[in-house]
Parts: sequence; C-alpha cells; structure tokens
Amino acid sequence: MRARVLIRPKAGILDPQGVAVERALPALGFAGASNVHVGRLVELDVDDAAQLRPMCEKLLANPLVEDYEVQLLDDGG
Amino acid sequence: MKFGVLQFPGSCDEVDAVEAARNVGDAELIWHRDRDLRGAEAIIVPGGFSYGDYLRAGAIARFSPAMESVIAFARDGGLVLGICNGFQVLCEAHLLPGALLPNVNLRFTSRQVELDVVRGDTAFTRACAAGQRLSIPAKHSWGRYYADEATRRAMDESGQVVLRYAPGHNFNGSVDDIAAVRNDAGNVFGLMPHPEHAVDELIGGSADGLSIFESMRLAVEGTHA
Repeated sequence: MRARVLIRPKAGILDPQGVAVERALPALGFAGASNVHVGRLVELDVDDAAQLRPMCEKLLANPLVEDYEVQLLDDGG
Repeated sequence: MKFGVLQFPGSCDEVDAVEAARNVGDAELIWHRDRDLRGAEAIIVPGGFSYGDYLRAGAIARFSPAMESVIAFARDGGLVLGICNGFQVLCEAHLLPGALLPNVNLRFTSRQVELDVVRGDTAFTRACAAGQRLSIPAKHSWGRYYADEATRRAMDESGQVVLRYAPGHNFNGSVDDIAAVRNDAGNVFGLMPHPEHAVDELIGGSADGLSIFESMRLAVEGTHA
C-alpha cells in the first residue's frame, strides 16, 4: 500500500523557513501569500498500514515539535 | 577515569573530544555498531553529522547499537555528555527534554560564544562557579533549542538549565537563551557549543571548555570515594 506522510512544524513554533519563503514571494511579484510553512513529505510502500502511526511517532516525525498527517493512496491495484 | 567517545558515520569532532578528555583522564573511541562500552565511566556523544543528519539531526543515530547501550548506561545513572550533534541525539533519544530546530537565521554559523554558568553545582559544571562566563566556539545550523512552556517551567523548577547564552550571543534563537540542559536526575547533559574545541589557549584562544571535562572527572571520582 502506498502511503504519504506530511510533516509540519507545530503551530506556534517559529518556522524561519516559512518566514523566508513568505518574504521572498512579494519580492518576486506574488502578492497576497501568507501563513507560509515549510514541512517534509515522506512517501513509502507499506504492507501494514497500522504501522504508519508508530513509524511517525518513533522516527518520521518528532512529535515534540512537528505534527504529522498520514494519507493512504490508491495503490492502483 | 575513563571516557568513551562514540563514533558514528559522519561524526567529525570525536577525535577532539578524545584529546580533550585526555587532559583529565583516559579516553577511547567506541564505534556506533559496538554495544560494548568497554568499561567507560562517562560517555561523550560528539559533534558532527551522524548518518548524514538525514530526516532530522540525530534522529537515526539515536537507534544505533552503541546508543542503545548508552541509553541503558544513562538509565543506570552513568554520566553522558552530548555536544552539538550529540546534544541532538540525546534529545531525539528522550534522554534530555526538548528538541533542536534550524537556527533562526537559517545559516550555518561558526563563531565564539559566551555562556553564563547558571549552576556550578552539577556533575558537568562543578569546576565552574555560578555566574562565571565561559568562552567556547559554536558551529552548527540546527541549534535552536526548543521546549514547550510546561516543559520549561518543570525544567526551571528542577534546575535543569545549566548554561545560558550571554546577552548578544544567542545567535541560533534558542528559547530563553538556553544553551545547556541536564536531565532531571542530573547525569545527562547537552549543549550546542563545543567545549572540546576550547581546551588549549594556544589554538583555541580559550581553555574554558576544560572545566566541563574536569567537572565530569570530579563527579566520577567523587562517586568512587
């Protein structure tokens, strides 16, 4: 099964990457973009989708500073 | 006394850590695949880029065989010092509270920093006096210490903040200027600046880092007495 894990900085924790991107956009003429946050994307095939959450808690994310969201994708089968 | 210094693929400060520790005792390297800590009485998790810092700094090193032994050693009360990447590894292993995030300036920064000793009565600072200022180099891009407010309150109550960046020296944006923390039991300690690079005035401009290693020696030899 194909899965996608989205990992984001927790709300309220300063995200300097998001701030830098947000500041760069108007400089390129893109007005009106706000609340920019930069996270990580992990895509993987797993036999057992029940393992995804423990994987996130233990390794893929650091729950102290990051939120994660698991998406199961159509595996085309 | 004998120090054991871990060596991961991607470590780069382990030899300096061995040399620094040899100012106060014996020291040898422990390869990351080795579960045997070989009689070390204190462990140093050194700086560098363990396992390429993939995913998050320290996230993968924390599961190495040597770290499993270090976690057990720490749970038994053994002294563990984490420097820079080693601090990140100890936080990822939950031996220390909090986490390290990208520097607020998003840049790799290498500079001398001044640190205020908050507590001179810990196993890692007993050769220092509270209020003393240490001059030690720092070099990292992922050194912004963060712990949530409840955690920081608990840390304050149990005296777990050991060093703070002096005014004007908190270049990475660490919360409350926190530069070094210890665990509640007091036997695990981590900091981003590099005491092992400040043990010889001739080449480091400061030998203030020696006091960290000397404190550990005093702590270990005190427990033998």
